[in-house]
Amino acid sequence: MTAKTLYDKIWEAHLVKQRGDGTALIYIDRHLIHEVTSPQAFEGLRLAGRKPWRADANFATPDHNIPTTSEERNQGLEGIKDPVSKIQVTTLGDNCKEFDIFELDMNDARQGIVHVVGPEQGATLPGMTIVCGDSHTSTHGALGALAHGIGTSEVEHVLATQCLMQKKMKNMQVRIDGQLKTGVTAKDVVLAIIGEIGTAGGTGYTIEFAGEVIRSLSIEGRMTVCNMAIEAGARAGLIAVDEATVEYIKGRPFAPSGELFVKAAVSWRSLVSDVDAAFDQVVVLDGAEIEPQVTWGTSPEMVASINGLIPDPTKETDETRRGNIEQALYYMGLTGGTAIQAIQLDCVFIGSCTNSRIEDLREAASIVAGKQVAKTVELAMVVPGSGLVKQQAEDEGLDKIFIKAGLEWREPGCSMCLAMNADQLGEGKHCASTSNRNFEGRQGFGGRTHLVSPAMAAAAAIHGHFVDVRELV
Amino acid sequence: MRKFITEKGIVLPLDRANVDTDFIIPKQFLKSIKRSGFGVNLFDEHRYLDKGQPDADNSGRPINPDFVLNQPRYAGSSILLAKDNFGCGSSREHAPWALDDYGFRAVLAPSYADIFFNNCFKNGLLPIVLDRDIIFQLFDEVGNSAGYQLSIDLASQKITKPDGSAIGFEVDEFRKHCLLNGLDDIGLTLEDAEAIRQFEENWRKTSPWYFPQATT
Ligand code: SF4
Repeated sequence: MTAKTLYDKIWEAHLVKQRGDGTALIYIDRHLIHEVTSPQAFEGLRLAGRKPWRADANFATPDHNIPTTSEERNQGLEGIKDPVSKIQVTTLGDNCKEFDIFELDMNDARQGIVHVVGPEQGATLPGMTIVCGDSHTSTHGALGALAHGIGTSEVEHVLATQCLMQKKMKNMQVRIDGQLKTGVTAKDVVLAIIGEIGTAGGTGYTIEFAGEVIRSLSIEGRMTVCNMAIEAGARAGLIAVDEATVEYIKGRPFAPSGELFVKAAVSWRSLVSDVDAAFDQVVVLDGAEIEPQVTWGTSPEMVASINGLIPDPTKETDETRRGNIEQALYYMGLTGGTAIQAIQLDCVFIGSCTNSRIEDLREAASIVAGKQVAKTVELAMVVPGSGLVKQQAEDEGLDKIFIKAGLEWREPGCSMCLAMNADQLGEGKHCASTSNRNFEGRQGFGGRTHLVSPAMAAAAAIHGHFVDVRELV
Repeated sequence: MRKFITEKGIVLPLDRANVDTDFIIPKQFLKSIKRSGFGVNLFDEHRYLDKGQPDADNSGRPINPDFVLNQPRYAGSSILLAKDNFGCGSSREHAPWALDDYGFRAVLAPSYADIFFNNCFKNGLLPIVLDRDIIFQLFDEVGNSAGYQLSIDLASQKITKPDGSAIGFEVDEFRKHCLLNGLDDIGLTLEDAEAIRQFEENWRKTSPWYFPQATT
């Protein structure tokens, strides 16, 4: 028998039918749904007179559009001021009712960003195939699930057939050996990987993240890494199951319990790549060499170490690259050759499906405790990833630490990660953000995003510019 | 998906290359919750003189009389004649949705952007590739005769002109089969419903933990 990668194993276990032209029908175990990419799919079902194939495989929660101030949230749907956003949220609720789909609605204590809530509720299990009309579905790969984003036609396809028609990807392993230095986190690891392989480096591949550094990350940290697999061009990121994975799943509401859990855990422990499995490509990084990362441009691959410099386009010999750097610096209002630490910030955003879990908030709180947000920072906000994360943080008193330091403490949602609700970054403003995309206009028209870890964002909030968090811890 | 077998209709000539999906349906309409209803906003920025808003009433908006879609001689057209690289830009499926909703059933152009081309087939719209010379000649003929109609027959892969002459065209066998039979991807997959059911039954036995438990 030939050795298999983890991806091969999950793929083969879900193969319903292989077609002659290379496409395959793959069974989908879990379909996550939010309000933006699902309405047309539901309408399609209705128009064709179809029903969901397996209603209980679906799990929905609104996140992209909903307001994050308590004042608005307490008003329920009425609190959503943008009428179009309100319709999308209402429609999700109506569709879930009509088709008997489980939904955590916007005022449910467990609501939150779908990629935070899925694992938290145990709706994400090792060895599952998981899809969602959202590219950051790759997050769920941290638990050893094959998870990726799909388009609206495919959302309808999964609803109607519980399957997807797909071509198999190639296998890539990204291995991080050694150990991280204190103050360096999962976010720095994944930004360093993207800096190394580029935003198209993973195109056509499923990336399995491996090595000592990945093994030693918490499940939350692994989610941060897999979340940004898509930013490296890979639709799916994966991490092998170990005891930490099994431990994380135990006792979660949607997870199996009792004897069934024990049986499942036995099966899950085999969800690792065989020792001699062949990867089409292997990339190796040394964990000890990774420093805190900051993006300076308009693509996640435009990243540098905290003690580094913004690249100088005049020193770039490749014409296309030079053009890209110039264009990015123009948009960002930055000068090539200057220090990353000199970048002044107007705004700090701690949140998004990349970094809004309890561990992220603890990390940020430990940095700002007893300090004050710099006067030059106009807005610093913390947006927990789910109602349960928020509750946990409040139980630990983190909310008080943030508020005392001058940060706003918000209700869960996507918020300023993509600025579809009222949380928008102003034109020309620089934001230290724990989210995943620094594209032009992503956080608001003309806004300038710098992607960093929660600790780095917190430190930047206090100093008003980027600082090396390792000097503070 | 609606079948495509034959289509006889008035031809609308859109005389410009690189028409992108933003031209076809501007981004502000993506916040809609519907797949239908985009027809009134097809080519919105060119068709009207003001800026269109989602969910607004379009009936009172100032029309751009110079834009080809607004010329009475092309009213009710169902075949779009276009130039190179039609449908470039973003991957939004709203572009074929808007064309379809307006009433177009087929597009004739020398070339298309990849994703748009694929999206058309997913939505029952037939994009036909013709030689540039033939396309240019068609532009002349359409311009010279009001009410110019073509009829397209997918089974025989033939377009018949008003004078009775015919133009042949190529189409992928599999896609042709889907269009002729009205099979969308979902319809196709459902042809394997039995295989899915069997897989599911077996999967439920071997990995019951992926299925909701009565106790939770
Ligand atoms: S937090 Fe941002 S990246 Fe994550 S699902 Fe929401 S909008 Fe997408």
